[in-house]
Amino acid sequence: MEIPYTVEIRPDTGLTNGKLGVWLFLASEVMLFAALFSSYILLRVGSTEWPHGFQELNVPMAAINTVILITSSVTMVMAWASLKMNNFSKFRMHLGITILLAVAFLVIKYFEYAEHLATGMGPWHSTFLAIYFTMTGLHALHIIGGIIVNGYLWGPGAKMWTSEPVRFTNRIEIAGLYWHFVDLVWIFLFPMLYLL
Amino acid sequence: MDAHASDDISKHVKTYFMVFGTLMVLTIVTVGVSYLHLPVHVAILVALFIATIKGSLVALFFMHLNHERKMIYWVLALTAVFFAVLLLVPLSTNLDKIVQKY
Repeated sequence: MEIPYTVEIRPDTGLTNGKLGVWLFLASEVMLFAALFSSYILLRVGSTEWPHGFQELNVPMAAINTVILITSSVTMVMAWASLKMNNFSKFRMHLGITILLAVAFLVIKYFEYAEHLATGMGPWHSTFLAIYFTMTGLHALHIIGGIIVNGYLWGPGAKMWTSEPVRFTNRIEIAGLYWHFVDLVWIFLFPMLYLL
Repeated sequence: MDAHASDDISKHVKTYFMVFGTLMVLTIVTVGVSYLHLPVHVAILVALFIATIKGSLVALFFMHLNHERKMIYWVLALTAVFFAVLLLVPLSTNLDKIVQKY
């Protein structure tokens, strides 16, 4: 059975089904992270003492990761723009860089986690580290999800460009919306956990 | 793709790089402000203000929310209401502690 409204606009919503679908998914993601942000605030105001993030965490590493994610958002949107300009090789280059930057983010995160765990500063150590590992861990899972989807679209999924170019461009736009959301969450997590 | 549409995307690309530059500057400002060691309540307000500007830039330009269909805005408006409820209702139960603390 063919999936309806992948390319043509659905008259009642004014959107393709995929685009509306991803926005509804992102709305549910906002609520998922909101629950954790809310928990963070409650834990912080309810505690007798709370460390400054910069005393416990590695700010330079996290700052580099912020730069990496913002750069990957630009390369992601450039991948979509390249398809819009009919330039498939540029698309592949930009999406490839996006994936590599996502992997670099995870590698840096791994070193950060390893540094904590080696000194016995795991999530069991304090409420602050518990919420830190929970929120950054959930965020890292989203990065892994993005790498899997973008990896598919860079590799085997890219065959669609030759048969259904408009549908493929829409797929990249939708994958991009998810990726920018992951970047957006980090923009709030970074100051909240590391700098305050 | 016609030449007009391609020109249109080229303009978008320029905007993307301007937004990228702004985001980088704001990241430096965010880190820089943290070294000023401001009182906690001021630091929270400043950090949230900068993060909100950065988040808005990503949402408006990279996620194209500056020119999106009405249906998306309705979905997001509903989400914003539930987001506020989820954040503010639990917070209201601790207002006394927050006032004491900050």
